[in-house]
Amino acid sequence: MSAVSTTQFDLLAPGHRACPGCGTAIVTRLVLMGAGRNVIVVTATGCLETFTSPYEESAWNVPWIHPLFENAPSVASGVRAALEMTGRGDTKVIIFGGDGSTFDIGLGALSGFFERGHDALYVCYDNEAYMNTGVQRSSATPEGADTTTSPVGSCQLGKQRPKKNLPAIAIAHDLPYVATASIAYPRDLINKVKKALSIPGAKYLQVDAPCCIGWGFDPSQTVEVARLAVETGLFPVYEWEPGQPFKARKLRQRRPVEDYLKVQRRFRHLFDRPEGKEELARIQALADANAAKFGLDQA
Amino acid sequence: MQTPTLKRTFLEGSMAIAEAVKLARPVVISAYPITPQTHIVEDLAKMVADGELNARYIPVESEFSAASAIYGASLTGVRAYTASSSQGLLLMTEVLYNAAGTRLPIVLTGANRTLSAPISILPDHQDTISLRDPGIVQLYCENAQEAHDTHIQAFRIAEDADVLLPTMVCVDGWMLTHTFEPVALCDQEMVDRYLPPYKPVHYANPEKPMTWGFYVDDDLLMEFRYEVHLAMRRALGVVEKAADEFAALFGRHHGGLIQTYRTEDAEVIILAMGSVVGTIKDAVDGLRSEGHKVGVVKVRCYRPFPAQAIYEAVWHAKVLAVLDKNISMGQEGALATDIKAAFYHRQPRPAVVGFVAGLAGREVSLASVERVYRRAQAVADGEEPPLDCLFLDLNQGYLDLKQATKGGEA
Repeated sequence: MSAVSTTQFDLLAPGHRACPGCGTAIVTRLVLMGAGRNVIVVTATGCLETFTSPYEESAWNVPWIHPLFENAPSVASGVRAALEMTGRGDTKVIIFGGDGSTFDIGLGALSGFFERGHDALYVCYDNEAYMNTGVQRSSATPEGADTTTSPVGSCQLGKQRPKKNLPAIAIAHDLPYVATASIAYPRDLINKVKKALSIPGAKYLQVDAPCCIGWGFDPSQTVEVARLAVETGLFPVYEWEPGQPFKARKLRQRRPVEDYLKVQRRFRHLFDRPEGKEELARIQALADANAAKFGLDQA
Repeated sequence: MQTPTLKRTFLEGSMAIAEAVKLARPVVISAYPITPQTHIVEDLAKMVADGELNARYIPVESEFSAASAIYGASLTGVRAYTASSSQGLLLMTEVLYNAAGTRLPIVLTGANRTLSAPISILPDHQDTISLRDPGIVQLYCENAQEAHDTHIQAFRIAEDADVLLPTMVCVDGWMLTHTFEPVALCDQEMVDRYLPPYKPVHYANPEKPMTWGFYVDDDLLMEFRYEVHLAMRRALGVVEKAADEFAALFGRHHGGLIQTYRTEDAEVIILAMGSVVGTIKDAVDGLRSEGHKVGVVKVRCYRPFPAQAIYEAVWHAKVLAVLDKNISMGQEGALATDIKAAFYHRQPRPAVVGFVAGLAGREVSLASVERVYRRAQAVADGEEPPLDCLFLDLNQGYLDLKQATKGGEA
């Protein structure tokens, strides 16, 4: 990529209050790069809202609406209807939600939005827990992860349930476009945003957004951790369109899940405790299943 | 004042409301079905489907999303409307607080219905009273004609530059929504004169990016609340003006903040909200014919609370009997509390007797109102006012039986 600063073109201004190494801030910048200026953004309550919107210090260079935790897609439906009724139908609508609002509290509203098919792109920045409130488990938290409400104790090794498969739920709504993306592959992410916005209707894009605080890694390693999630097969990067097979990013040499897990504090117990071996095997099986389902391994 | 139109149509209250909403030319409507609100939104959906109303009707998966969709539409610069009842209004509550804080002039109908549990689809004011605090203008209607006219006024009030707050028109479920009455429908051309197209002060527009729903701390949150409070106080005048200007154009006035009926020399004045006021007026006529000095104040605007208007209308009475179709459990009816508070610093100060009545549609008959009057008159004659609120027309037989059988214990 060119070394020229893009700051002056950024639709998310610098100087916001995200933690150093915040994956979500990178996701947001890249999505806006793909979207351009003619956009209205609706953002659910969460990290992104908190670090971009202190009064009189908004980081948003596009119209930005933060309604509540669980209603951003419904608000976007109203925005879209009003745009179309006033001859402004060419303006794009993007919704940002973290995994808490997307997978848990706002799932009803998200499903309603999918079903109504309002022309907007829903982007889930998935940091796999309630980071804004201090790392509590969500249904996007992966199996085995240590969070403050799925703690590691003498009777329990972190979260006991696997991550909810939200893209599958999105696909079940017969959307025209569902994709996942990673900040480790920014060009792919931007292209997916552009493609999604060129397709009418409700679209879903889930982006892995590593959180150095909640996951426990050095802030300099955010992009590297995101890359490991993809390269181990734990976060498959793919596109889905109706009537077509998954188009996944192929892996030349899929890495063992330990490579990804061992660099994060939230999985440390899996290596410290003897019972961790069984959990590691289960997580490897998840990656293997992903590889088979999405055809991740290059022949 | 122009000559009032004499042409009346016999139609259901819900249709009278839907016709009024149509005349107001909303651009986006969103709703989720709940009895007894359903006929209103069904009628509107059909008007949109038939091309009679050029609006977008967004059918949603919950009341939470209905309120959210019109929040988004309003922020994008258009007139927007929803309606709900009971549990649906509770589910909307979080959004409605947010809409008030964001200063969105949305209009909604509260088709009054009680709250669970026990579940019942019958009307009282428990649902809308629970929404008295966010900064929503609340107007209560007596009959279908007032419901029709008030909905048109509601958009004027909400969109007034001095207000810019959600406005809710409360109509008793069934009694108003499902009852047929003769109603004079407003004329579109005159409504267009009364209610010009909505011109938002600001709205979501990529050419002029702005931020809504920002974060504030202890340095400014109170100032935002203060501004909403001031806007609510200013709404007192705007509600009066909206009613007066409506009367000047359409020849009908249902009261501004309040409406008084035979109160001038009254010793006992009954205060109430909604459709029960019609019954009370009839009962008062009967009592007056027997020589009793009794009158009625219809509290039409409950939020903002018109303390001064009420004081000026009732200060001369000996006793105020307040009839609440709601209760703050462990306290009393909401209107009774507010009226007592309004008089704390004012003299003279009539006694206040609070009645909780008509919950879940329990009939408030002429005889019920007479009982209210007798109890209040006894206080006027020197009896101590009760310290607790009085439940009107309780089924004592049921309570006694329950007591005798220890609640059905074997």
